[in-house]
Parts: sequence; C-alpha cells; structure tokens
Amino acid sequence: MAVVLESLQSIHYFSGLEPEELESLKKFIFEKPATKGEIIIFEGEPSNLVYFVVSGVVKLFKTSPDGKEQIIYLVRPYESFNEIPVFEAGASLASAQAMTPVVLYSMEKDDLRNALARHPALAMNVIQVLAQRTEQLLSLVEDLSFRRVTGRVAKILLEYLGNRDSPPRRLTQQEMAAMAGTAREMIGRSLKLLEEEGMVRLDRNRIVIVDEEALRESAGITV
Amino acid sequence: MMLMPVIDRNKCNGCGLCVAVCECKALVMVNNVLQVRETVDCHWCTFCELVCPTGAIQCPFEIVSENK
Repeated sequence: MAVVLESLQSIHYFSGLEPEELESLKKFIFEKPATKGEIIIFEGEPSNLVYFVVSGVVKLFKTSPDGKEQIIYLVRPYESFNEIPVFEAGASLASAQAMTPVVLYSMEKDDLRNALARHPALAMNVIQVLAQRTEQLLSLVEDLSFRRVTGRVAKILLEYLGNRDSPPRRLTQQEMAAMAGTAREMIGRSLKLLEEEGMVRLDRNRIVIVDEEALRESAGITV
Repeated sequence: MMLMPVIDRNKCNGCGLCVAVCECKALVMVNNVLQVRETVDCHWCTFCELVCPTGAIQCPFEIVSENK
C-alpha cells in the first residue's frame, strides 16, 4: 500500500509541513502492517527505523529478568516510537508490540537525518515530540523511584471499601490513577503487586480485599 | 446480568481502537456506533479502557472485603 499524504499530515512529526515538502518526503517512508500481538521491536536489538503509528495501538514495554512487564507508553495513531536508536546510535531500549492490528509507517535513520537538515519545520516538530516524551518519561521515573504508588493505591482501596450494609463502591483504574497522582499504567502494576503479596484478589470486575491488616500496613495506616 | 465495560457515547469518537484490542469480541462497531455485547468471555482485562484516547470507556472495579 502506498503512503497516504493525508495520513502523513496527521503525524505529529510532519504537522504543518507544506504539501510539496510532504510529497518530497513520501519516497523515504514505507508502510508496514503488523498483526495483533506481533512484536515489532525487541528490546536490546539494533534498529535504524523510526516508526509512526497510522492506525491501531502499539505498546512500548520493558521486561524485568523475572518476567514482569512494565508498560512505558501506549503509542496511538500519529505518534512515533523508536527514536533512541535512530538519533543515538545503539539498540532499542524497549520492546514494541502491536496491541491491535496496526498500520505503521517507517523511515530510515539516514533519510530522517537528511530530511531534518532540509526541513526546519520537521526539525522543530521532532524537538517538540522528544520534549514531550522526556516529560512523560520523567514523570514515570518519579513514580517508579520516589513515590510509593502501591501504598497510595492500598489507601484508596481502603477508603473505598464500603461498610457491611452499603452497596460496594466502584472505581476505574483511571480514577485510581487520578487519585494517586500517577499514570494509569502504574495502577495495574500496583494491583498485581498487592495481589502477589496476598492482600487483594482480582476477581474479574471485583477487587476483593483479602488481608485488610496487611493492606493497612502497606498504606502506612498504623491505627 | 453481567457487568460489562461502560461506554460514554458523548465521549466516543468511533475510532475503534477498543474493538481492535478486545480479545472476547464484547465490543463491536455497528454503523459506526460502539456497542457492548454481554459475554462470559470478558475477563475484565481493561485494555479497552486503557487504549481509549477519549476516556469514553470505563471498566469499574467493585471494592469489597472477603469477610463481607
């Protein structure tokens, strides 16, 4: 399938570029479909392609030695990924997997570098995208290293645990994230940790508090 | 009746990412309108809520105690 100009215009990198500039760039951009579940990039492997999501969602994630997965970012339509090995020589720092059927556009490192030299608007867009990514990653670093997100999730669960007579209260992971001041991706990880430690049990759409005392301890509630 | 993901039609832009990510086919697009079908195969993975760019899908959890 040919690269579509309208799709290119919607990609953050190419936003605001003149149609003739986009036409001149089209020959350096290639389409690649990926099936749901397909691994597009393996962490640690060298790569010289920057990718743009045209449709679908791609999950960027890292895996710990014991197999735990941390989602770094969900790449939605018109966003890009895999910039690090393209702008900095080296391997991909995270794996990328298609969460849905995906259509990607890709551009080779040398072609992108040449295009950046010729199109200042493209260069400004790329700087903006990378600045936004840095901001998002710093926020994730803060969550992972300084904040006790799991403790805060434990506190929220206890606060929302109704009494015996009241109907159960409901919370989405998005709401828990907003209350805990963290990213939505951190909540799933925290709930899994609490489950592994035997404090809660995830029972489809129910979070069953199994060990309230341990949960209180995790939440830092001593009374 | 089984609790299923909840859609806010005012927020849904019909992008279909949730339909594409749904493993159990609980979410379907009918004439560009997102519909939810009740199915026991929905294990509340919450991926539909996670990928929705407009916050139109909610997968709420009931918070209960085992002792109640």
